[in-house]
Amino acid sequence: MTTIVRYILADLLRTRFALAYTVFLAIVTMALFQLDNDPSRVTLSILNIVLMVVPLFSIVFATIHYYNSYEFMTLLLSQPVKRSTLLLSEWASVAGTMAGSLVAGVGIPSLIYGALTQVLPLLLAGVAMTCCFVSLAFLASVMTQDKARAIGISLLFWIYFSMIYDGLLLLVVYSFSDYPIEKITLALIALNPIDLVRISILMEMDVSALMGYTGAFYRSFFGGTTGMLFCIVMMMIWILFPLWISRRIFMNKDL
Amino acid sequence: MIVLHQLVKQYGNVRALNQVNLDLKASHSYALVGPNGSGKTTLIKSILGLVVPTSGTILINGSSIAGQHNYRRQIGYMPQISRYPDNLRIGQLFEMIRNLRSEYRDVDEELIQSFGLTQIMDKRMSTLSGGTRQKVGAALAFLFKPQVLILDEPTAGLDPIATDILKEKVTREKNAGKLFLITSHILSDLEELATDIIYMQEGAVYHQSSLHELQTETGQSRLGQAISMLIRTREQKIKELLTP
Repeated sequence: MTTIVRYILADLLRTRFALAYTVFLAIVTMALFQLDNDPSRVTLSILNIVLMVVPLFSIVFATIHYYNSYEFMTLLLSQPVKRSTLLLSEWASVAGTMAGSLVAGVGIPSLIYGALTQVLPLLLAGVAMTCCFVSLAFLASVMTQDKARAIGISLLFWIYFSMIYDGLLLLVVYSFSDYPIEKITLALIALNPIDLVRISILMEMDVSALMGYTGAFYRSFFGGTTGMLFCIVMMMIWILFPLWISRRIFMNKDL
Repeated sequence: MIVLHQLVKQYGNVRALNQVNLDLKASHSYALVGPNGSGKTTLIKSILGLVVPTSGTILINGSSIAGQHNYRRQIGYMPQISRYPDNLRIGQLFEMIRNLRSEYRDVDEELIQSFGLTQIMDKRMSTLSGGTRQKVGAALAFLFKPQVLILDEPTAGLDPIATDILKEKVTREKNAGKLFLITSHILSDLEELATDIIYMQEGAVYHQSSLHELQTETGQSRLGQAISMLIRTREQKIKELLTP
């Protein structure tokens, strides 16, 4: 597995896409640091960018990569290589590239501006989110035989998690606003990796005071060790579950 | 060496392979011919484990390949379309495949030499022409001296000189006891390479015999004519059976 990862990573790190992604993130981060002196406010702005851009870029890049390396994967599978090994190697390479770009693109400017400690939780959450959306991309890819359709499914995943889901959540919250639904919304938040990252980062920072009773409730939950563990476990599930399903499909797929 | 028993592959309601039975022996070179969509590629991919058959078994040296991957040590495969990661150098690709099979010290680099790939080892894959990629594919297939070589349209993108080099190599390895399974639409190439002809149509093996038998049976020395003769006589027989 390490052999395959090493060479695919060597290939991916040279792609123009990875470079452009890093440069884009670096420019945005630097611009935000130039605009504002307060590191926590900057972190909040970076959070919003990361929540939009990271899932989209990760999922699209991973899907395109899967289909571009289709012939190469069949060639590797004609070697004595297990299918599961190949799929996990591809996943690790793509996730590694995208996570590396994110860490370099956001981390280096933050280091220069001396705000790395404030940005660090965001970076970790961003890496987890990258892994999660690469998993979802692989799931979309193995679900069909066609590149265009796979990209379509990927974009659907992205739109669902970054827009549609929040709309539905708001609808639920408004419809049942007369009831104590904090715990239910908590569970519903965990069903969307983007929301999970958003809430956990917001709770890390002291902006929850602005959110009234709900904010206080979330703060008491996410601020503690249990909340932290809950987030980590949920993110792990979000990374591993789609990957596990795609592995299962890939094992018996006709290439 | 390779035995296919009642192999069936169903894609939705299309039957790509319909109860294929074949017994492929070492030191033979089998030409797999047939119209587009006759199941040739599906057959090859089933042997490579890239396609999971609906039913039936494939035995290589007596053991079933279902769910296995180690049997592929004995197989060299040259795909019809070769695409490699764009930013890898040719040298890196060979290095990678050799690392994957690090148990193998004794490699056959003859084709790398004779195709002149040694001089362009530091070129990136994205800069290579289709023909050069095919050369890389061929060199990779022969690299680990496999017992079985599966070549899918090997001469399609190659220039005449490279084609000759490949043909010579195939003939030599076949005489050394290797098993070849070759598909091609260029029948004149197959005439030189094949000892046996497997003609497939609609997922089934329509005809199997040695090249020599086919030639004497049909009275045609050219492979193309022999095959069309074969199909015509079959169709005639079927017509005779249907008309009382």
